[in-house]
Amino acid sequence: MTKRRRGGWKDLVLAAVGPFLVALAGCGAGSSTGDAPLQLLNVSYDPTRELYRDINAAFAERYAAEHGRPITIRQSHAASGSQARAVIDGLEADVVTLAVWPDVDAVARAGLVHPDWERRYDNRSVPYHSVVVFVVRKDNPKNVRDWPDLLRGDVSIVTPSPKTSGNGKYSFLAAWGSVLKAGGSADDARRFVAELYRRTPVLDTGARGATATFSQKGIGDVHLTFESEAHLEVAEARGNLEIVYPSCSIRVDPPVAVVDRTVDQRGTRHAAEAYLGFLYTPEARAIITRHHFRPWGDSPSSGTAEALPAIDTFDVEFVGGWQHATTAFFAEGGEFDAMYQPTAAN
Amino acid sequence: MSRPASPITATTRSGNVALVAAAWGIVGVLVVVPLASVFLEAFSGGFGAWWATLAHDADTRHAIWLSLTVAPVAVAFNTVFGIAAAWLVARFRFPGRSLLVALFDLPFSVSPVVAGLALVLIFGRQGLLGPTLAALGWKVIFSWPGLVLATTFVTLPLVVREVLPVMESIGPEEEMAAVSLGANGWQVFTRVTLPNIRWALLHGVVLANARALGEFGAVSVVSGHIAGVTDTMPLRVEKLFQEYRQPASMAVASVLAGLALVTLVAKYVIERRVEAEARERQAARAADGTAAEGAGQR
Repeated sequence: MTKRRRGGWKDLVLAAVGPFLVALAGCGAGSSTGDAPLQLLNVSYDPTRELYRDINAAFAERYAAEHGRPITIRQSHAASGSQARAVIDGLEADVVTLAVWPDVDAVARAGLVHPDWERRYDNRSVPYHSVVVFVVRKDNPKNVRDWPDLLRGDVSIVTPSPKTSGNGKYSFLAAWGSVLKAGGSADDARRFVAELYRRTPVLDTGARGATATFSQKGIGDVHLTFESEAHLEVAEARGNLEIVYPSCSIRVDPPVAVVDRTVDQRGTRHAAEAYLGFLYTPEARAIITRHHFRPWGDSPSSGTAEALPAIDTFDVEFVGGWQHATTAFFAEGGEFDAMYQPTAAN
Repeated sequence: MSRPASPITATTRSGNVALVAAAWGIVGVLVVVPLASVFLEAFSGGFGAWWATLAHDADTRHAIWLSLTVAPVAVAFNTVFGIAAAWLVARFRFPGRSLLVALFDLPFSVSPVVAGLALVLIFGRQGLLGPTLAALGWKVIFSWPGLVLATTFVTLPLVVREVLPVMESIGPEEEMAAVSLGANGWQVFTRVTLPNIRWALLHGVVLANARALGEFGAVSVVSGHIAGVTDTMPLRVEKLFQEYRQPASMAVASVLAGLALVTLVAKYVIERRVEAEARERQAARAADGTAAEGAGQR
């Protein structure tokens, strides 16, 4: 009974095992290239994908010209907090360019980055900044102009979770700070922010997830996000969305750091330091501006003024600093946990 | 197992058209329309544009290659494990046997994200084996082996679950007969066991392969999301989508969906073979039975 098909099933076994062997050969060939070209891994957060694609190309060109050695920069992007976690768990980043100070600090506290990382580059290692702005539907149907308008009528809001997302943390702090800025007390701020999250039907884990929720799924009236993200989102929506600048907002300071443990292990310190240093050059500043970030430096590089309007900003220190924000607002059982009750409130 | 699908025919005969329409409607809305829209979107710019987005993006090319290497390795492991485990459980009685069978199913009931995190807890830098791996210079998490481990974990039940019932239904008689005729272990396996389970095995392999190619959750946790290094096809789809490159994202999605359709056809063909084989076996048994009876009477 089985005789007539014996050849058949042998082919079958070969077909099953064949790809396995090919794959083994393939991965062997892939990993055994001993003298690989210089490679850096930049572990970053969601909104910087497009920015670093251009930065990397420019830096690779410049580095090859100056050192006669080709270099490739690999990118990894996800929610800032998850990325810090991944680096701590062993993702071999040569540099981290994360959304918020606590995330780089967490990597430093795990012993991967030297404690004095903040002093290694200008402006406390923040080469560019952004601000939190509003994205609204075309013609601003709910007429949202400033922070207090967010709590008017049936306005609903989209912002990622401040637990996992840098974007989410900044939105929280921007809202909190806007109340203080207007002369309100901490209690006023708490009431304002609690009401704001009551009007937030979805909390995505990362910035790009929240963008998809707002622009593609059409949920919410106002999307709180970084200016750089807002420009991408509005450009993508082809006239269906627009940006609103509130009267004041928080300055978003994404810090950068060389991951000392990795670069010393891989012998890439020189290239990694040159890479982060490059972010402060005029060439990089032009690229940064093109991607709607605001480069650090006293003289605004060409194009900044017309594209990005001046806005009254406060920094994280104004709302108590990162140490305070992390423990009082975002930690387990902190302000955010106390005010946010998903669905139970509805 | 090979019972005809009588409830459905009975339903149509009794004129319960509404139920059939509802089933078609649900399948249409949940499966056909979304899948068709993926292909429509992917080919909206024509075949040339579709091909260009796939072939001219190094990161996308790598993602396809990575998926096509990770999945077969995971499936190959599960094939070996699945056969061995099914044979062990079907042929032997030992303490903890039912527990072992229950554990085969565990990867189905555990969320893939939890599976990924568990791997990080074991193989991560701060994990149980982290220091050992670091000392050896082996990278598991956030590189190729981690992807294979995660994929293997989530597809673990598929082969063993397919093979086990067939092995149990066949019973040990044929293998014992082969041994009594002087066959060694390998001969018994290749000439008796494997031919008996081949279609069920292939069915399991096809299912495991489909699941392996499409796996997102566990792989996402252990991948590290390095473009051109550890992004598999499903991760690439998400990334392109979030980068506002919808046509490219849908092009990769269409490749995944295409592979799924191929799997579906293969699954259908194999399922028919499995049923035919089961019928053949029953017929042979029946024939043997009558022959034996006849011999006994004489």
